[in-house]
Amino acid sequence: MIPAAFDYYRPNDVKGVIALLNEHGDDARVMAGGHSLIPMMKLRMAEVPHLIDLQDVVALKGIAIGGGRITLGALVTQHELIDHDGLAQTAPILRETARQIADPQVRYMGTVGGNVANGDPGNDMPGLMQCLNADFTLVGPDGERTVAARDFYEAAYMTAREDDEILVGVSFDAPKGGQAYEKQKRKIGDYATAAAAVVLTKENGTCTSASIAMTNLSDIPVFSQDASDALIGTSVEDNAIRAAVAAMLKDIDPVEDNRGPVAFKQHAASIILTRAIKSAWDRA
Amino acid sequence: MKDEVQTREDRVAGLKGLGCSRKRVEDARFTQGKGNYVDDIKLPGMLHGDFVRSPYAHARVVSINAEAALALDGVVAVITAKDLEPLGLHWMPTLAGDKQMVLADGKVLFQGQEVAFVVAKDRYVAADAVELVEVEYEELPVLTDPFEALKSDVVLREDLLGDGDTLPDGAHGPRNHPNHIFTWEVGDKDATEQVLSEADVVAEEMVYYHRTHPCPLETCGSVASMDKVNGKLTLYGTFQAPHAIRTVVSLISGIEEHNIRVISPDIGGGFGNKVGAYAGYVCSVVASIVTGVPVKWVEDRMENLMTTAFARDYWMKGKISATKDGKITGLWCHTTADHGGFDACADPTKFPAGFMNICTGSYDIPTAFLSVDGVYTNKAPGGVAYRCSFRVTEAAYFIERMIEVLAIELNMDAAELRRINFIRKDQFPYQSALGWEYDSGDYHTAWDKALESVGYEALRAEQAQRVEDFKAGKTRKLLGIGLTHFTEIVGAGPVKNCDILGLGMFDSCEIRIHPTGSAIARLGTISQGQGHATTFAQILASEIGLPADSITIEEGDTDTAPYGLGTYGSRSTPVAGAATAMAGRKIRAKAQMIAAYLLEVHDNDVEFDVDRFVVKGAPERFKTMKEIAFAAYNQAIPGIEPGLEAVSYYDPPNMTYPFGAYICVMEIDVDTGEHEIRQFYALDDCGTRINPMIIEGQVHGGLTEALAIAMGQEIAYDELGNVKTGTLMDFFLPTAWETPNYTTDHTETPSPHHPIGAKGVGESPNVGGVPAFSNAVHDAFRAFGLRQSHMPHDHWRIWKTANDLGLHG
Ligand SMILES: Cc1cc2nc3c(=O)[nH]c(=O)nc-3n(C[C@H](O)[C@H](O)[C@H](O)COP(=O)(O)OP(=O)(O)OC[C@H]3O[C@@H](n4cnc5c(N)ncnc54)[C@H](O)[C@@H]3O)c2cc1C
Repeated sequence: MIPAAFDYYRPNDVKGVIALLNEHGDDARVMAGGHSLIPMMKLRMAEVPHLIDLQDVVALKGIAIGGGRITLGALVTQHELIDHDGLAQTAPILRETARQIADPQVRYMGTVGGNVANGDPGNDMPGLMQCLNADFTLVGPDGERTVAARDFYEAAYMTAREDDEILVGVSFDAPKGGQAYEKQKRKIGDYATAAAAVVLTKENGTCTSASIAMTNLSDIPVFSQDASDALIGTSVEDNAIRAAVAAMLKDIDPVEDNRGPVAFKQHAASIILTRAIKSAWDRA
Repeated sequence: MKDEVQTREDRVAGLKGLGCSRKRVEDARFTQGKGNYVDDIKLPGMLHGDFVRSPYAHARVVSINAEAALALDGVVAVITAKDLEPLGLHWMPTLAGDKQMVLADGKVLFQGQEVAFVVAKDRYVAADAVELVEVEYEELPVLTDPFEALKSDVVLREDLLGDGDTLPDGAHGPRNHPNHIFTWEVGDKDATEQVLSEADVVAEEMVYYHRTHPCPLETCGSVASMDKVNGKLTLYGTFQAPHAIRTVVSLISGIEEHNIRVISPDIGGGFGNKVGAYAGYVCSVVASIVTGVPVKWVEDRMENLMTTAFARDYWMKGKISATKDGKITGLWCHTTADHGGFDACADPTKFPAGFMNICTGSYDIPTAFLSVDGVYTNKAPGGVAYRCSFRVTEAAYFIERMIEVLAIELNMDAAELRRINFIRKDQFPYQSALGWEYDSGDYHTAWDKALESVGYEALRAEQAQRVEDFKAGKTRKLLGIGLTHFTEIVGAGPVKNCDILGLGMFDSCEIRIHPTGSAIARLGTISQGQGHATTFAQILASEIGLPADSITIEEGDTDTAPYGLGTYGSRSTPVAGAATAMAGRKIRAKAQMIAAYLLEVHDNDVEFDVDRFVVKGAPERFKTMKEIAFAAYNQAIPGIEPGLEAVSYYDPPNMTYPFGAYICVMEIDVDTGEHEIRQFYALDDCGTRINPMIIEGQVHGGLTEALAIAMGQEIAYDELGNVKTGTLMDFFLPTAWETPNYTTDHTETPSPHHPIGAKGVGESPNVGGVPAFSNAVHDAFRAFGLRQSHMPHDHWRIWKTANDLGLHG
């Protein structure tokens, strides 16, 4: 577990980062918290001759809440998500999700930007961002652009981000109604066997909007429009939940691994989604 | 004057001897990061070694090209089997009478096998150079299933074939297939088959104890330093048996044993993983001899999990017979043991399947038969006793599963079935059908105490109600009550039948009392976290009447410690602990003569009292051990040599037989396969209790390992022999989060033959814990028809059990 040699850079603004990416092309990678990248380098699964540490890029830090919109800088840590009272008020699902990621040591270092940019299907934030219908802001040599989270993921470790772009932040409307993130994992520090993010609204006992996304059940995070639709207009009774689960199962595509065979993962996904819907509905 | 105000109890307490929960003296340095482990050792000019390892589980090595690696700045050497061959070191003997490649000699037999050893100026360069060594492989068919291996035409060990079609005997007798290692048989086969054929009831089951790994926090490593001027080799390493390593190094290297100094510094956990000899040790020694400077090798976590000694991997087919009312009449077991590519099990020579023949457990089973077949496969070698005494944990798991299966067959309560079959207190010493003499025990008392403590009857009532509720659709959780009564066999062992590589399994202690009344004692064992520096001082304190705080315990340096066979198999207290007490008694005998001289009475007129010798009938006339120690150095006593020292080599007359009753209450979610441990009760009887706090710590640690093994930990391979669980993401090590609360309890049945009656406890919780957790899972599903399922009981396997039983509707 010894990485290959690399050159280390620590620019203090986005421009400096982009310039380095431009200069070294494929051979350069940015590092945020390092808790996905460094293990890959130590396993020599990622070779990074030029490592650009983002920690001094102050512009990428900070949490902003205003006008019904929430913006998270790419360098906001998972710990800060848990610690932030404003977020706990406006979007409690962030804290609930972050608390189910890894362990405190990892969360002190791991960032929102790294988690969503990584492209690992096991990461929890991408699923959450599908559910929240977030926008990702990217900056490259040609300036800034925005990509919807739901359009960002192409395949495992393949995203809409170009090699010379970095992700500067994530923004989304403060979610309304009941919210829940449920995750089954084998142990602390494990990626999901199955996880579900649910946000829904309730008016007079009827579900008026719903958004459902799943983690680690496909090579990309899965937003399920059909599962969401199955709840709208219902009173989220058992039949409606069953319909949502059935729709979700059509959208996921789990593979067998040490967490278990496909049939088990489908079953776990069903149970986890059922629990997430029930708990979001209770909270709505 | 001072002594007059001190009561006798004060004096006893001041010693911190037997029975005292003395704080661990080693913890001050461990908890402050001041331990000194192998990787902390840095010698001037030291080089670093790293291995090129095989990505294939079975392949011929066609060629090795090290040119590019050697061209890298900082690379000193790349060593292959060809370089070791002239020294006769390309293979090494294993502890099981087999031999093992140090570096790939023409082929590889498991993924991760050592192919070449790169030596470089720093650790990073070594790792870079490993990538530059080009090895050409030719893949061969892979065997990962031992049953298939015994039928296959694929020969894994061509080196063991004879001329033509012959198959020479192995170290343990005839072999019946090129992939077969040995057959070991114990007990009366014909009588057992007869009993089974005539029995009212026979329960039959295949019990698999999966492959796992001890995974100590510190991985294995060594630093070899050959001093070419004085011809002396110093070898630091993660050795659970430093003296045995010294002898082995001498035998295979030809260096005279007095010129080898082996040092085990602090060891960060062993659990059997550090008993054997590894290629890294040999290569660091050779590299140091060749380069003339020290060479360090320390493996990483993946190397540790994938290549150094695994544990278990026993397929145990069992039959158990009983009368209609539940009296067990016979036990039959055939085990297929997967040993991997080389037989590197660490067992006493005469026991190729360790003490698997303790598989009659705590029960009075009049007739029994055990046979074990060892098999080669394309997996890593090992088969060590992971916190257990030579396959005792396999044996305990087997019998405790068979009892549960028999209870199902008889439609009986499993607690009651155990009770009516326990060996009774008045039967000890008990001669078992498979050849052991159990020294002592009181199983009924322990069992009743355990059942009462957990409220067994109420739990069964709750469980019955839960089954009703589940069937009525009111809950999706089942309740399991996991019972275990285990008997261990530890303290190997009597030299007449226990040896490793011909070295008798005695152990030793040497004591020197200093003039001012403090002492140092050195032992042939080596602590890896067990707390020897604390507990052995306590044994001595009670024996010689000097405070434990004034006694230093030193282990692990072969230049200073007396010869011993090391620490594993819970043998330290039963064997070296006994040697300590015996050496202490020699000190006391001499002290008695000195005291008598000082008090001007006859030797027989003084008697020992806590920390002094007193004149019989005149307690005001005494000499403290401190005074006696001083006198030993400053008085010319007629007929007595100056000084106060003793050494004892202890050959135990028998093994010791700790036992315990464990009960686990577990909730199981049949949909997700998740579990929650509601209660875990562990009663241990380890004979005389030296330090209750350390016992409790050992029990907590061992139970947590047992939890891991039963509920998720495994070394799994795919069909190509790739290790699927090579990192801690997939290899389960519980954290505080997964670990439940444990309730510990005890009874105390001293060993009749051990000088202080102690039996050993370090491994009991792993041995007894695994069946307790596993039985809880099985018990939860008993009402729905489950008889047997295989560990580890991780989420998907529990889910599958529920699914197969039709519980998902
Ligand atoms: C033991 C352990 C358990 C874990 N468990 C979980 C878990 O349960 N759930 C979970 O979601 N995660 C888990 N993680 C991952 C952890 O949350 C990571 O911290 C996170 O995935 C990545 O964030 P980071 O800031 O560390 O990114 P880094 O590791 O620094 O980077 C990850 C990748 O993203 C790229 N990147 C980073 N920042 C940017 C940016 N601003 N713009 C463009 N590209 C960028 C990097 O180049 C790299 O390719 C675990 C990690 C560990 C070590």
